[in-house]
Amino acid sequence: MIINNKWRISKDDLTARFVLLPTIVLTLVFVYAFIIFTIIISFTNSKLMPTFSWVGIENYIRIFQLSHWHTALKNMLIFSVLYIGIATVLGLFLAILIDWSRSGEHIFRPIYLYPMAISFIVTGTAWKWFLDPGIGLEKIMHLWGFAEFSFNWIKNADRSIYTIVIAAIWQVTGYVMVIFLAGLRGINHATVESAVVDGANAWKLYTRIIIPQLGTSFTSVFVILGHMAIKSYDLVVALTNGGPGRASEMPSTFMYSYTFTRNQMGIGATSAVLMLAIFAIIIIPYIRNTVNKEGA
Amino acid sequence: MTINQTMKMHKTAEYIMYVIMVIFAIFFLAPLYVMVVNSLKPLSEIRGGNMLALPVKASFDSWHKAWSQAQIGVQATGLKPYFFNSVKIVVPAVVMSTLMGSLGGLVLSKYTFKGGKLIFALVLFGCFIPFQTVLIPTARVLGFLNLAGTTSGLVLVHTVYGLGFTTLFFKSTYDTFPMEIVESAQVDGATFFDVFANIIIPNSSPVIVVSIIWQTTNIWNDFLFGVSFGDATSQPMTVALNNLVSSSTGVKEYNVHFAGAMMAALPTLMIYIISGRYFVRGLMSGSVKG
Repeated sequence: MIINNKWRISKDDLTARFVLLPTIVLTLVFVYAFIIFTIIISFTNSKLMPTFSWVGIENYIRIFQLSHWHTALKNMLIFSVLYIGIATVLGLFLAILIDWSRSGEHIFRPIYLYPMAISFIVTGTAWKWFLDPGIGLEKIMHLWGFAEFSFNWIKNADRSIYTIVIAAIWQVTGYVMVIFLAGLRGINHATVESAVVDGANAWKLYTRIIIPQLGTSFTSVFVILGHMAIKSYDLVVALTNGGPGRASEMPSTFMYSYTFTRNQMGIGATSAVLMLAIFAIIIIPYIRNTVNKEGA
Repeated sequence: MTINQTMKMHKTAEYIMYVIMVIFAIFFLAPLYVMVVNSLKPLSEIRGGNMLALPVKASFDSWHKAWSQAQIGVQATGLKPYFFNSVKIVVPAVVMSTLMGSLGGLVLSKYTFKGGKLIFALVLFGCFIPFQTVLIPTARVLGFLNLAGTTSGLVLVHTVYGLGFTTLFFKSTYDTFPMEIVESAQVDGATFFDVFANIIIPNSSPVIVVSIIWQTTNIWNDFLFGVSFGDATSQPMTVALNNLVSSSTGVKEYNVHFAGAMMAALPTLMIYIISGRYFVRGLMSGSVKG
């Protein structure tokens, strides 16, 4: 419910504006002025410290000649597609199961969701050792008698990005499930009843009637997972630290290493600006929607 | 209404459904189980035995070691000082961002003025940005303010970048408050702060809990700001844990790593177990409006 009659700010209600002022100032400085600063740095040849010697778009040309950046973009693409795709399907599947089960919600929902409450560094640590061939899954299978079993993705340059996908899906699927569960509880139940009366089977009921009504939930899930995929940093650091070598580099780790350890701040800033651009494409329509739906 | 009130499920199908749900529960619980049991084993048992086996000789030795003796960076301080760094960062940052969010949310919800929508949009955008875009200038500003490498600097950063979410939480709650309770007070000549303290806040406990839980979880779990702006005296728990685990010198003490991971996870896990309902509400506030 949205109540539309608001107070008008009158002259003696200046307190209200004054109260909002710190939030406005802090946001303008720490978000927008800082973004502009980073954009400016991306057009300079800053190394260890920010300098203002202008080099035009040179950094933007150079970054696309760096194989590290290509790896980072490729990994982000692989990661985003698998992460969004698998987490969406699994989350929806689990939401449907929980929606069906009479008593299951109270037991299973908290179990599926708890990974969202813990740090990516903890998740990374747990999965790093679980996937380590020397002590984890591979060894467990050997001890169980599957001598041929091999799972060394975390040590394999072509496969390590997929271990990040596994851990990230483990962490986020419960969140996706909760969003879809809310969506399932909000659909028009009359349409379900009439479909059942018409003799629709469960598959038809879901694919024709229920899932098409979950559009809002799908949008939320894509936006949330999309922006998390772009930002994911902690998990990469804790699980593979971008390795082996730089094989599981992501834009976020690229930005950090070029800015703070390789002392190529201009390139680091450029990568940050490119991340922001991808992010803005995903998030701006969503923000516009949220603000407009809030009512006048 | 739920689906099972309309459609009947075949007994076999229901059985299969529960089997699938249990399998997924095992998948989600396995890493936690691995962390707990291996944190209680001596190192020889982890190396020689099965990671999934229960400890033969359970002890809290590695918890003790992770807490007060383990090598973090260059010093053998254990995780203890970093745990308290996290507390020193979380508490003030949560209080300040929640207070500012409730004030700002009230103004944005109940007052109309030019640019109100734009301000809300700008604040909202700020809480989702990839923080890589602000790392360089934030480092400069913290240095300029003499706050580089201090917990105060991290408090400032977390307060500022948490404002978007807290403002969003409070604004959407206050949007559902009726105007009458406030108007009657205004007629009696109550000031903005009277209304805020005597009417709004006493009616806001659920959203305050949501905001506190959301912010506590997010700030406790932060790694990027901690690693960028903290030093050996001010780094939070997550950074210390990562240093412990990825340190390349000496023997890899998996049991100590798992104990450390549990210590980093327990505070937010406890919050989740005690008040999961509010945690879910926080998650949903940022999502259902698409």
